[in-house]
Amino acid sequence: MTSLALYLLLAAMIFAAGLALAVTRRNAILVLAGVELMLNAANLNFLAFWRFGPHPEALTGFLFVMFSIAIAAAEAAIGLALILAVFRQSRTINIDQIEQLKG
Amino acid sequence: MTLSFLIPAIILLIGAAAANVLRNLVHCVLALTLTFAGFALLYLGLGAEFLGLVQLLVYVGAIAILIVFTVLLTGGGVQGERHVLSPRWFQGFVLSVLVFLLLGYGITKSSFTTHAATSVDSYPVSLIGDRLMTNYSLPLEILGVLLTAATIGGVVLAIREPRQQTKESE
Repeated sequence: MTSLALYLLLAAMIFAAGLALAVTRRNAILVLAGVELMLNAANLNFLAFWRFGPHPEALTGFLFVMFSIAIAAAEAAIGLALILAVFRQSRTINIDQIEQLKG
Repeated sequence: MTLSFLIPAIILLIGAAAANVLRNLVHCVLALTLTFAGFALLYLGLGAEFLGLVQLLVYVGAIAILIVFTVLLTGGGVQGERHVLSPRWFQGFVLSVLVFLLLGYGITKSSFTTHAATSVDSYPVSLIGDRLMTNYSLPLEILGVLLTAATIGGVVLAIREPRQQTKESE
């Protein structure tokens, strides 16, 4: 097994862990954290393909990960602000108890 | 399999597993922070020093703190919740296991041709800046607009509206 495949397998494991976190928890914060974990696993794939690809000096995967991290930061800020807004409306952040979208 | 892969991989897997298993919200967030730090170590081992430090600054420094603040503001870690899992958690668990098996099957069955895996030469930051200012200048500008919009949107969403005004509007 090549080292690229090892990195990809590790990323697949982390992706599955993030997916499990996102779909099994009731708390909206942990659902968002699971999404972050999945994004990180995708970033690891980009970096592994960049490192073991034919042209690492072009920095393509590297810069893709940089943009991805910036977008993930924006996503986390918006997501957590949404969770705060939902908490203020319905006094709970358990996603199975939030029943109406209208505030 | 080198040590620079093995140690971060173990940290990552322990952190991800702990985030799934632990019941207390604050403990879960701490496990996630460990996972983010493990990613930073992995990036350093891959020869992307700049990204490793960016990962530390953005994820461990900013996003983990944001998540902890949200836990604090929503009072999540205080009361002991009896049910931390959703009612249909088992289907979700089976789904994620199936996703992992599918991904692992695809990875082990495909043959990758890898290049230049021998020399882990790092690239200077000046080269990254050069690329950002030439080939990737338009995405960089768009990213600046996106981050500004996200900041304003986050403030607008999280700001507390005056009570009477919302009553009147209803």
